[in-house]
Amino acid sequence: MDIKLNEDQMEMRRQARRFFEKECPMDYVREMFEDPRGFTDEIWSKMVEMGWTAMLLPEAYEGLGMNFMDLCVVFKEMGRALIPGPLFSTVLLAGETIKTAGNDAQKQKYLSGIATGKLRGTLALSEPESGADPDYVKMAANSTQDGFVLNGTKVFVFDGQTADFLIVVAKTSQGGDTFGDISLFLVDPKSAGISITPLKTMDGTRKQCVIEFRNVGVPQEGLLGDRDRGWSYLSKVLSRAQVGLAAENVGGGEKCMELASQYAKERIQFGQPIGAFQAVKHPCAQMFVEVESSRSLLYWAAWNQDYGNNKDAKLSASAAKVYCSENFKNIACATLQILGGIGFTWEHDLHFYLKRAKANEMAFGDSLYNREEIIRTLEG
Amino acid sequence: MDFRFTDEQEAFRKEFTTWLNTTVEEINKIYSPEFAENPESWEAEGRDFQRRLYDAGYSGRHYPKEYGGPGGPLEEEMIILETLEAICPKNRMPFFTTMGLIAPTFLACGTEEQKKHFLPRMLDGTHIWCQGFSEPNAGSDVVNIATRAIRKGDCYIVNGQKVWSSYSHMADYAVMVVRTDPNVPKHKGLSYLIMDMKATGIEVRPIVQINGDRNFCEIFLEDVEVPRNMIIGKEGEGWKFALATMAFERAMGDVAKASFHSMLLEKMFERSRNLKRSGRALITDPRVRQQLAQCWIEVVVLKSHGYRNFNNLMERGVPGPESSIGKLLWSEMYQRLTETDMQLQGLFSQVMKGSRCAVDDGYGQNVFLHSKGSTIAAGTSEIQRNIISERILGLPKDATRAKKD
Repeated sequence: MDIKLNEDQMEMRRQARRFFEKECPMDYVREMFEDPRGFTDEIWSKMVEMGWTAMLLPEAYEGLGMNFMDLCVVFKEMGRALIPGPLFSTVLLAGETIKTAGNDAQKQKYLSGIATGKLRGTLALSEPESGADPDYVKMAANSTQDGFVLNGTKVFVFDGQTADFLIVVAKTSQGGDTFGDISLFLVDPKSAGISITPLKTMDGTRKQCVIEFRNVGVPQEGLLGDRDRGWSYLSKVLSRAQVGLAAENVGGGEKCMELASQYAKERIQFGQPIGAFQAVKHPCAQMFVEVESSRSLLYWAAWNQDYGNNKDAKLSASAAKVYCSENFKNIACATLQILGGIGFTWEHDLHFYLKRAKANEMAFGDSLYNREEIIRTLEG
Repeated sequence: MDFRFTDEQEAFRKEFTTWLNTTVEEINKIYSPEFAENPESWEAEGRDFQRRLYDAGYSGRHYPKEYGGPGGPLEEEMIILETLEAICPKNRMPFFTTMGLIAPTFLACGTEEQKKHFLPRMLDGTHIWCQGFSEPNAGSDVVNIATRAIRKGDCYIVNGQKVWSSYSHMADYAVMVVRTDPNVPKHKGLSYLIMDMKATGIEVRPIVQINGDRNFCEIFLEDVEVPRNMIIGKEGEGWKFALATMAFERAMGDVAKASFHSMLLEKMFERSRNLKRSGRALITDPRVRQQLAQCWIEVVVLKSHGYRNFNNLMERGVPGPESSIGKLLWSEMYQRLTETDMQLQGLFSQVMKGSRCAVDDGYGQNVFLHSKGSTIAAGTSEIQRNIISERILGLPKDATRAKKD
C-alpha cells in the first residue's frame, strides 16, 4: 500500500497552484464567466505550455504518457481555482475517446493536435431525452454511399462553441441491443447542417451548448472505432470524466472550506469571532470531514482508472461522482450560510463555486443515475 | 499510489481467514449460541477465543516478543482486525477494551515491569480489562472528573464513581482516570491508575442498555487501596499522553469498522433479494436500489479513507489531519446504514429476536439500536467537531470554555 501523492505529483500540484494563482485569479474567472467564449487564447496557450493537454496521451502522439492520477492532481487544482476553458472537454472527453477508439491515422491527427494545443475537441452525447446513458440516444446516423448522414439534437455539450472537432454519439442500427447499436463520429463543427446555440447556464465558468444536426454528412473516415461498438469505448471514457469532475469537486470544496473558516475567524458578533460558536464551528468541521473523505475516495477512484479492473474502475467512478459532487454542493451551501449576507452577493466569489457545484452534480450522470449504475453493476 | 496489499499480505489474510472460520466453528460447538445474553458464558467464551488467537500467534500480532506478542508487522494486525470484524465481531467483544485501548496504552506508557507483567496476560486471554473515564458529572467535560485518589503511605485511597465502563462486570483489572491533585487546574491534576477489580471496595453494577444488553456498567469505588506503583506514567500527565499515542489503534479501528459495515451491507443486499413488498423483491424497487447504493458508496469511502489514514500513519509515524475524522465518519455512517436496514425491512423492522416474523433473528434490530451509542461513546460527535474545528481549522474556542481553560 502506498496511498499518498508522490514527490512528482506534489511538485505538479505546487506548479499548478502557482500557475492558477498568478495567471487565472478570480478577476479572470469573473471576466470569463460573462464572456461568451469563456477563455483567452493567451491563457490557453500557457496551459498547453504547462503540458496539461499532453499528460494522458502516449509519447507516440507527442504526449507525455502520464497516468490518470497525475491528471487528477491538476484537475483538483483547477477546481480549486474554478478555471474556465476547454481543458476538461479536450483532454478528458475528446482525447480519451480517441485514445480508446481511434485508428492510427485518427490518433496521429487528433491526439497530436490535442497534445500540442492546436486542436480542441469535445463530446456530444446527451440529448433532450437522455443523459449520460446510451439507452435513449435518438440521434440517427444513416449509412450513405460514401459515409453517414447525421440527424438529431445534442444538448449540454461542453465547450461546443470553441471546439475544432466534435465526437458525436449516434445510432447506427435500430432495434438491437442498447449497447450494440451506437457508433462514434468525428465531425467538423463547421460542416453544413450544424447549428450551435450557446446555453445560458447557471455556471458560466464552463460553457455548454445545444448542437443541432440537419443532414450532416460524415465521410467514412469520420467513423471513430468499430461501427456499433461505440458504447464499449464510451463507458470507460465516461468513468474517467466522472473522476475528473470528482477531482474538480474536491478542489472546489477545499477552497470553500477555507473561505468559511477564514471568515469565521474574522467576523465578530456578540463580542467574539463567530467561529467560536459551535453553531458555526461544527459546520466548518463537517466541511473538513467531507473534503478529506472525498479526497480519499477520489484517490481510490483515480487509482482504479490506472490499475483497477473494469468493474472497479466503473464502480469507483460512479461512487466518486456521487459522493464528491454532493459534498462539494453541501460545502458550498454551508459556506454561504456562514458568510451570511455577503455570501448571497455577486461581489463575493462564493456563488461561482456553488454554481460550479450544481453544474458538476448534473454532468455525466447525476447521483440518481450513478447510484442505479452501481446496483446494476454489482447485481449483474 | 497503490491500494494493493502485497502477495505476502494477501496470503496472510487467507491463512488467518481459514484459521478463523475453523476456530469459530469449534467455539460454536462448545458454547451456547446465546452466549452473548449470558455474561458468564460470554466471558468464558471470550477468554477461550482470545487464548486460541494467542496460541495461534494472532493475538497482538504487532506486539514485541518480550511482551508476549509474535512481533509481526502492523499491516498483519490490521488484516486480523478486518477479518475478525467481518466474520465474528461478537467473539472479540470481551477483549475489545483490553486489546483496543488498554494494551496500547501500556505499550506506549507503561514501565518495563508493567509491560512485562501485564501485556502477556492480556494477549493470552488471562486478564480482561476495562476503563474508567466517564463519571456521572464528567462525560464530554473531562475537567469535571471527581473521583479522588489520596496518597496514604504506599497506597492511593480511591473514592468515587465511574460509569459507561464496558465489560467491567467480567474484568480482572481496570485503568481509571482519577484526580490525584485537586489544587492544580484542569487536566493537570488527573492521573491514570491501575486497579485490581477484585479489590475491596469496588462494586460493579451492569446497566441495561437500549438493546437489552448488559455489557457496560457503573463502578462504585469506596476506600479502594491501590499500591502506588500501579500508576501509568507520572502523576498528573500519564493519561493524556496515553490517548495521544493510540493513533495506530484508532486508524486500524476505522479500517476494521469498514469491514464490519461491509458485512452489514452484505446482509442488507441479501435481505433485499429475499424480502418482498408489493409482491416483488425489494432489490427490484428503484427506491431501495438508491438507498443500497448510497450505503455501498459510504462503505467504500470508509474503506479508502481508512487505508489512506493507516498508510500515512505508517509512513510518517504521526497522525495526519485525515486521522481525526475516522470516528465521525464510521459512527455516523453506521447509523445511516442501520437506519436503511430498518427501512428495507418495513413493518418487519419492529420484530425482535426470538419472535415469529423476525428477520435474520433480529440481528438488524440489535445493531440499529446499538449504533445509537456510537456517536456518543469514545468522544461524542460534538466533541469530535470541536477538536477538528479548533485544532485543525484553527477556529477560536467558545468564550465560556476558553475561560475555564
